[in-house]
Amino acid sequence: MSLVFLIFIPILAALFIPLLFKRLGQIHTGWFVLLVPAALFLYYATRLPSVMEGGTYVSELSWIPSLDIAFVAYLDGLSLLFTLLITGIGALVVLYSIFYLDKHREQLHNFYVYLLIFMSAMLGVVQSDHLITLYLFWELTSISSFLLIAYWYTRDRSRFGALKSMMITVFGGLMMLGGFVLLSIMGGTYSIRELIAQAPELAQHDFFIWALVLVLLGAFTKSAQFPFYIWLPDAMEAPTPVSAYLHSATMVKAGIYLVARLTPVFALSEVWMWLVAGVGLFTMVWASFFALKQKDLKGILAFSTVSQLGLIMSLLGVAAAAYHVEGAADSYLKYAAFAAIFHLINHATFKGSLFMIAGIVDHETGTRDIRKLGGLMSLMPVSFTVALIGSLSMAGLPPFNGFLSKEMFLTAMLSLQEFNMFSMDVWWVLFPIIAWIGSVFTFIYSLYFVFHTFAGKHQPEELPKQAHEAPIGMLISPVLLAALVVLIFFIPNLIGDWLVKPAVAAIQPFLYDSPQNVDIHVSAWHGFNTELFMTLGIFAIGGLMFWTLRKWQHLYDLYPDAISLNRLYDEMMLLSDGGANRFSRIYMTGFIRSYLVYMFSFMTFIVLLTLFLNEAFQIDFSNLAPIGVYEIVILLALVGATLTILGAKSRLTAIIALGAVGYSVALLFVIFRAPDLALTQLVIETISVALFLLAFYHLPQISRKEERMKFRFGNALVALGVGVTMTLVALSAHSQKALPSISEFYKETVYSEAGGGNIVNVILVDYRGFDTLFEIAVLGIAGIGIITMIRLRLTKKEGQHENK
Amino acid sequence: MRTNDVMLQTATKVVTFIILMFAVHIFFAGHYTPGGGFVGGLLTASAIVLLMLAFDIPTIKKILPINYVVLTAVGLLIAIATASASIIFDVPFFTHAYDYFDLPLFGETSLHSALLFDIGVYLVVVGVTMTIIQTIGEDE
Repeated sequence: MSLVFLIFIPILAALFIPLLFKRLGQIHTGWFVLLVPAALFLYYATRLPSVMEGGTYVSELSWIPSLDIAFVAYLDGLSLLFTLLITGIGALVVLYSIFYLDKHREQLHNFYVYLLIFMSAMLGVVQSDHLITLYLFWELTSISSFLLIAYWYTRDRSRFGALKSMMITVFGGLMMLGGFVLLSIMGGTYSIRELIAQAPELAQHDFFIWALVLVLLGAFTKSAQFPFYIWLPDAMEAPTPVSAYLHSATMVKAGIYLVARLTPVFALSEVWMWLVAGVGLFTMVWASFFALKQKDLKGILAFSTVSQLGLIMSLLGVAAAAYHVEGAADSYLKYAAFAAIFHLINHATFKGSLFMIAGIVDHETGTRDIRKLGGLMSLMPVSFTVALIGSLSMAGLPPFNGFLSKEMFLTAMLSLQEFNMFSMDVWWVLFPIIAWIGSVFTFIYSLYFVFHTFAGKHQPEELPKQAHEAPIGMLISPVLLAALVVLIFFIPNLIGDWLVKPAVAAIQPFLYDSPQNVDIHVSAWHGFNTELFMTLGIFAIGGLMFWTLRKWQHLYDLYPDAISLNRLYDEMMLLSDGGANRFSRIYMTGFIRSYLVYMFSFMTFIVLLTLFLNEAFQIDFSNLAPIGVYEIVILLALVGATLTILGAKSRLTAIIALGAVGYSVALLFVIFRAPDLALTQLVIETISVALFLLAFYHLPQISRKEERMKFRFGNALVALGVGVTMTLVALSAHSQKALPSISEFYKETVYSEAGGGNIVNVILVDYRGFDTLFEIAVLGIAGIGIITMIRLRLTKKEGQHENK
Repeated sequence: MRTNDVMLQTATKVVTFIILMFAVHIFFAGHYTPGGGFVGGLLTASAIVLLMLAFDIPTIKKILPINYVVLTAVGLLIAIATASASIIFDVPFFTHAYDYFDLPLFGETSLHSALLFDIGVYLVVVGVTMTIIQTIGEDE
């Protein structure tokens, strides 16, 4: 089957979910959903052997050929790795969710539809070679994430978190779109592969640095880097399977993917390298530091995810440094890219299992507050074992996979000393030091997570539920992931050859022709070197600080909330919301008469200005038809009726006079032989008079005593302006013809091409059918608008408000 | 406040049908002579409005139990479906097709996909006009 169609399989499967839920509600809908990621995982796994050899697959589906927009699925080492993560973790998460979400109480049809949409979107992000469709899928992940976070939409926190995540990631997405557009302008193509091929020329372009910064904004917001990470902790309001899947294993790694994918394009710039490495490392240490402040289990995991994403990001920054060094393939710098991808896989395994354990603890005890938890070790032995494996791997202890990638991370940071190109003899030292500090805090929060939940004293009176071990089905997925955590420690080179090296070759194509050339061998023991001593230092200092955690943890409370980034976000939202409101209130009076004044003034101004600028004032009285008696009589009636409206004391008179104006115009149409117009005008006039009479009852009293409207100079000016403008336009349009009239074309083609006889109607339904289609759509919207305004009106008397 | 409107009601019973027949005629004639879906729809609506003025809205709702919002939606769907049908035949969106057929009773007749589109327009116009008038009229 064509690769590009596979991307859409989950979203197509989503169409059947509501049906399955309604008809086969007795079977948990998740069982059907499980088939989709599992089957896709198996299918994509069959592509592994050839991708491992450096093979790639391309498949294309044209979408908008005239704009050169297409769905292009491109499968190489990097895409395949992410694809396997998405489908593999996806399958485990769906399995877990079957036991997490109750089939009777939860709205499973919503949940799984959103989840499948997300799956398609994420597959699209990692496989698209076309920038515009990549952006499309990117935003679709933001939207599905929004829907999933707000899954329990009756909770205030859920809605807040969903909105916050969407605001920040969509802001980044739009920035990224700008970057993509600049890239396509520079390179003349939307294809990432073609852009990579011309990377050296692109680096010389003026737009290059702008594109770089904009794309990074997209990646940093999505991957929750400092200072945009604030959405991720609030996104923890989502059901735990969602947190495990979107906000730890896949979606937040879309930014990592983008940085990795575009490294060959941007790595030639030093700015890229410093930004990615610097922001990543700072995020890592910042988030690991604040993880210890959290009281919520998922909050700790959220900050830990931010920190680990920063770690991977910084490694990608160092990987970009390899582009600036001669013979990087032989230096220690080569480890950076490998470590990044390796840690990405490891993180997906241990963090996935930890999230699922947090969900289990929440599910079985009724709380996630770490202060109330403790002593669950004996009550939940399996969960404890899994949590212990995951946490120790995250802390970087052997024999777990986290140890290997953490060692490589330190190696890569130390390798910066080989990088003395920018005479940064002193500054490089900072990188390993910051990395070390971050690792110490990582060590502490890992222990904090597991031991403060499972060890210590059990407090059954604090827990809403009686704690007990989770059902077996819920434990399958975390146990599988924990098994992987251990397994990878013992077979790192197998994982390296199959998954990591093909991805590394895709990140550094200038360094390696094929995955086999990546000359890296992972070993758990590599002698007494700096990395080992750093690791031992982490264990010692970290252990000591964890021992004394209770003594100094309250220091976090000294940090004032008033200057936090969350506060900044809240203030900005308030300001933009309130500011926009205040600004609108200046001119939005709620009276149609005010709006008409604005519209007519602007129209007059714009049209007159255009006429003036184009020197289009021309009046030519030759070639005019004679004026007959009928016309004069009708025009007199027209003017008389109009003046009557102005002078009318009662509204009824005004309405009748208005009707007279309309009928006079209809008569003019009859005289000028426009039967269609005349007919329509007559009927419209009839109906609108009827409508006026109906609405008459509701119109506000102009004044107590029926008297004439006061003369208003401003309104008179606007009225005069509109009149003058229309007259001038009509006269000028008659006097000059810049282009030949289109009516000749209609006359020639109306029968031969359109098969009709009445030009007016053929214009409506055929020549300009689009206009009609949109007009009737607008009519429909207007109808709905009137219903909402009148029938669903919330009476002011009762003081009801939508949100109350 | 009921006034004596026997004359209006009696006249309406006849006139309504004349207007409706005229509306149908105008609608079908549209492609060759003055008329079309828009005017046809408005005329139909005006016939119903006349009924509503002569009798009252609850009575008319009983006689014509039409949900005008649904009518509008159906019209829009027909219009969009007609416009997009051309995609199936691999021609650009909104390409119309027509041909001449020899139908019994009518003789040689031109059948045009624009007619289908016009039905959509007709239904939307009737639907929206009546939605507006009925909603405002019922609101007391």
